[in-house]
Amino acid sequence: MENQKSLSLPSIKIPQGRLGIWTLIVGEFMIFGGLIGCYILYRLRYPEWADQAAHTSTLIGALNTIVLLTSSFTVVKAHEAANRKDLKKITLWLSVSILGGFLFLINKSIEYSTEISHGFTFSSPALQADGDTIGSLFWSFYFLLTGLHGAHVIVGMILMLWALLQARKGKNLHRVELSGMYWHMVDLIWIFLFPLLYLAK
Amino acid sequence: MITGLFMALVGGFLAYVFRYNLAFPGESIPLFGQLSAGQYNQFITNHGLIMVFWVGMPLLVGAFGNFLIPIMIGADDMAFPKLNMLSYWFFLTSAIVLMISFFVPGGAFAGGWTMYPPLSVNGYTDPSPSFLSAIFYGSSLMIIAVALEFTAILMGGINYLVTTINKRAPGMTPFRIPLAVWYIDIATVIFMFSVGPLVAGAFMLLFDITLGSGFYDPARGGDPVLFQHLFWFFGHPEVYVLLLPTLGVLGEIIPVFSRKPLFGYKPLIVLSLISAVLSVVVWAHHQFIAGIDPRMATFFSVATILISIPFSGIFLSLMATLWGGKIKITVPMSWALGMIGLFLVGGFTGLFLGSNAFDIYAHDTYFIVAHFHYTLFPSVFFGFFAAFYYWFPKFTGKELNKALGYIHFWLTFIFFNGVFFVLFFNGLGGQHRRIYNYEMFSNVAIEPYITFEKIATISAICLILSQVIFLWNFIVSWAAGRKAEKNPWQANTLEWVADSPPPHGNFHTAPKVYRGAYEYSVPKASEDFLPQNLQAD
Repeated sequence: MENQKSLSLPSIKIPQGRLGIWTLIVGEFMIFGGLIGCYILYRLRYPEWADQAAHTSTLIGALNTIVLLTSSFTVVKAHEAANRKDLKKITLWLSVSILGGFLFLINKSIEYSTEISHGFTFSSPALQADGDTIGSLFWSFYFLLTGLHGAHVIVGMILMLWALLQARKGKNLHRVELSGMYWHMVDLIWIFLFPLLYLAK
Repeated sequence: MITGLFMALVGGFLAYVFRYNLAFPGESIPLFGQLSAGQYNQFITNHGLIMVFWVGMPLLVGAFGNFLIPIMIGADDMAFPKLNMLSYWFFLTSAIVLMISFFVPGGAFAGGWTMYPPLSVNGYTDPSPSFLSAIFYGSSLMIIAVALEFTAILMGGINYLVTTINKRAPGMTPFRIPLAVWYIDIATVIFMFSVGPLVAGAFMLLFDITLGSGFYDPARGGDPVLFQHLFWFFGHPEVYVLLLPTLGVLGEIIPVFSRKPLFGYKPLIVLSLISAVLSVVVWAHHQFIAGIDPRMATFFSVATILISIPFSGIFLSLMATLWGGKIKITVPMSWALGMIGLFLVGGFTGLFLGSNAFDIYAHDTYFIVAHFHYTLFPSVFFGFFAAFYYWFPKFTGKELNKALGYIHFWLTFIFFNGVFFVLFFNGLGGQHRRIYNYEMFSNVAIEPYITFEKIATISAICLILSQVIFLWNFIVSWAAGRKAEKNPWQANTLEWVADSPPPHGNFHTAPKVYRGAYEYSVPKASEDFLPQNLQAD
């Protein structure tokens, strides 16, 4: 009796790569969770940060949210195409997703350059000179959170490009899904950052 | 080839660690030439950092995790061998970066291993900069090194979890997995959940140093205590990350040498899960004197005392395994028993420190130093040596010299106590740690504390010297030891089925598992152990 039970294969039927990415995502969430937690605590302590948040561009933020959500959708389409082994469609949808990443970064750079030209930088010396040191802390958080997220956007784009190049040769189609999972995570983190940094004014 | 890489990896890890062990504790004692106050601070800081992050983590979690997890669950290799390699190179890089920090202008970071701001951010504005050195380069490099090391361990952790979940041999159901694998994996989970916020905190620290932000600067609206929270949110679970693999190793060694099943295998797993959950709500007991709200301090006091319950359970189970067994005292068994004995001292003093009223008096004294050395030294070194003496025949196919093993054990045991037991009294007498020279503080520079300091220092030197025996034993036995049998300890777990040393792919034929790991002295069985892969009659 014991023997019959014992010979069944115990593994959970999740492919190794997917399981690996899931654990990676948990780790990433703990990093961003720590940062966002600190930000929220400070935000509650300093209601005057609302004045600083008013300087962020809700329009560009909203545009970027749409761009990221759309590219998440196209990644799903790419995954679907990968399931059908439709190499052309994979190329198409992954390219669109990578393009979404580019659009996001372009928007972001416009946004950063506007803010920096208004004197809001990582340490905002202009604000500090005015005596508004607490306000400058908001911008430290803003640039840290969005900057770290931006770095993840770039990593996600590289991963998708890699998956794309291999998929074109018909190799490692599962990597389409894996890069897509990473991309969803990047998207999800943005969904937290957007209301916290842009909308709460 | 993968096995070759894999063994190089383990060997590399170990070699690294030995080098540190050798080079390192000597540095914190003024043995060589004139040690300046600035150097003293650099050395105590980096002693802490290296022992916790570059010795403790790679010793048990890194090296033994990589070797034991696949072979104990009957897999041919880790799930992601390339990731493993990458993780090793990250680790190596991180160690090099930390070493480089000793040679930059201003020297290595010197503000204590906990990296608290403002010392880690602003440096020390003392007119004589040599006292705590201009910290800028040293602390930035230190943070980068720590971040790289975390990345390495995270990669390793992903690998461990996926390997254990997906690569088990047929029949290796969750509750047949040996305790060592369970505990290493639980330690990995604790690490992965707790390290994120510290990575976040390290980012903020790095930018405070390099880009002039003010996350931890109260003058700018920041708060240095925030860093303490982020640090200890990781830092305390880290203690359990170091402890659990050792307990897992004990869970293998004690049943084998008692010829008895492990007492309460499932409860042991449940207890460790409880302690994993509790471990993330005890961190602020490191900050009782940091001006935190007393209500919060009470909560953390209670949580701290609560977490001793699952760990008491674990230790009681291990001791109950001994009860009524046919105990064979061998070298690994002596290390295992020594670990239990010493850790109890550390654990009991932890109960005192857990209550915040006492902690406020004892904080930052040598009482704390003695306490955490009594917890960490047994978990890192006694656990490591137990595992090392136990699995060395499997690693290398050679036998270690027994007599030298016993001498090494007794010398280490005696001198370890010689170092740290007296420090409890020094701490209670009011001696603060991290003091360069006590003669400046006449109220604590009195007898018997001066003598106790001397006893501790002499013991520490002897403690280090007795490790030479170990190295000698290690090198000579590996090069010219007697060939070991396949299963010298007559143990059940799968690694003893493989050849010694294990070939590429670990097993010749993939093993099938028919029973749990701890079936010793089963009635009616022809021998007193039943390997997991043996089909029942």
